[in-house]
Amino acid sequence: MPGKKIFISGDEAVAEAVRMARPHVISAYPITPQTVTVERISDFVEDGSLKSEYLHVESEHSAMSAAIGAAAVGARTFTATSSQGLLYMAETLPYASGARFPIVMMNANRTVATPWALLSDHRDSLSQLDSGWMQVYCEDAQEAFDMILQAYRIAEDPRVMSPVMVNLDGFILTHTYEMVDLPDQEEVDAFLPPYRTENRMDLEEPRTVCYASLDEYMEFHMKQEFDMRKARAVIAEVDRDFGIRFGRQYGGLLEKYRCEDADAVIFTLGSVTGTVRSVIDSMRGNGYRVGLVKMRFVRPFPEDEVVDIAEKVKAIGVLDRDLSIGYEGIVFSNVSSSVLRACSAPAMVNYIGGLGGRNISKDNIQEMFLELLRAADGEKGKRVRFVNVGSEYDG
Amino acid sequence: MDRPKIVRYEKPGKVENYPCGAIRVGTLVQDNAGWRILKPVIDHGKCVMCLRCFLLCPDGVIDKSGKILEIDYRFCKGCGICARECKVEAIEMVREGGDEDAG
Repeated sequence: MPGKKIFISGDEAVAEAVRMARPHVISAYPITPQTVTVERISDFVEDGSLKSEYLHVESEHSAMSAAIGAAAVGARTFTATSSQGLLYMAETLPYASGARFPIVMMNANRTVATPWALLSDHRDSLSQLDSGWMQVYCEDAQEAFDMILQAYRIAEDPRVMSPVMVNLDGFILTHTYEMVDLPDQEEVDAFLPPYRTENRMDLEEPRTVCYASLDEYMEFHMKQEFDMRKARAVIAEVDRDFGIRFGRQYGGLLEKYRCEDADAVIFTLGSVTGTVRSVIDSMRGNGYRVGLVKMRFVRPFPEDEVVDIAEKVKAIGVLDRDLSIGYEGIVFSNVSSSVLRACSAPAMVNYIGGLGGRNISKDNIQEMFLELLRAADGEKGKRVRFVNVGSEYDG
Repeated sequence: MDRPKIVRYEKPGKVENYPCGAIRVGTLVQDNAGWRILKPVIDHGKCVMCLRCFLLCPDGVIDKSGKILEIDYRFCKGCGICARECKVEAIEMVREGGDEDAG
């Protein structure tokens, strides 16, 4: 099948990428706004264009459990979820990562109840930051397509052997249509060879997975941690190779946009990145020295890259579409701990916005940058700010 | 009895050398996982080979392939189901560490 450009939604882009990655087993349970992805994959299996076992399971907990079972015999697996579904499967996530199964999962970012809401924020995925899964956040449908393919390469690398969660903002990315460049199947096969592993059950040489050990529990997780650190280099390496083969590259762990000579930068995750880019372009036209840091991976965390940025700018704003109630934004906490390692101490402001799908407008972003530039000049302000709030507040 | 061959487990010297996920079976880290306080001892004079204990043992550690029943104490956890279910009271639960310790 030759490469082509087609007009599809983010959900469909993920489904197309899964078809080209040729997983042996797909186990999934539909949930808004991920539903279209698993429906399309089901269509592909039905029409024979994807030769996989498709397990229509009864819940997300079963979806991940079935993926773990399939991965335990050496299968390449895929599942997808969102929000409440991710939380329902939460118990099984450390099973997958602890057993070192390179499962790839798409998560359509949607807020968590209650209040019940369907629109996007990152409270679902970031609540699972400590589950031993890598987490990557996409800016558009093309990146989502590309990251599914990259995710398998990274996860299955013998140096890494850990699962990946590919995150797309619900509706904003999952349900909007974009032109997506689909590569040639042969090129994808060359980039992503069949999955072979010794980490599986085997009749000839019996092994046990998900076993119990009290004596060596700590050492096993230390090994997992050390391998996850190695993943940083593998992510960069896979991104470079992808760029050579397909002409698209994303910067590995994070992307810096117009950060050279910037006084103030904003850290983003996911779809709001595009809006911030456009604000930067117009503010740069008016002489403001502002830039963007698009956080792509939050696990493994781009520690050295953040330290490097902190040493070059005067103010950092972190735009969190989440809130760890009782403290601050989760990404802000993570970025702040790396900034502490820097030789300089930039001003730090946390912007909490977009919860439950609340809009983050260009004006909101421009206000953030103007405030950050004042902070860069030494003005003291609040550490945590809420963006685009309809009511007055005293926080 | 058809059992995996037991290989004594040696800890990898370095954390980096720990296995990635699956480990080989037949590596017995500790006999009976260190759980057993009481162990079942069969009185072969009383045993009538009814195989009730063989069928009910949750760990499948009772071997019926010989002339008498034998318990594999490496895997027996000492749950006592065999002793309780034996209709001729041929199995006695004996405190570990006594003279007859075979574990």
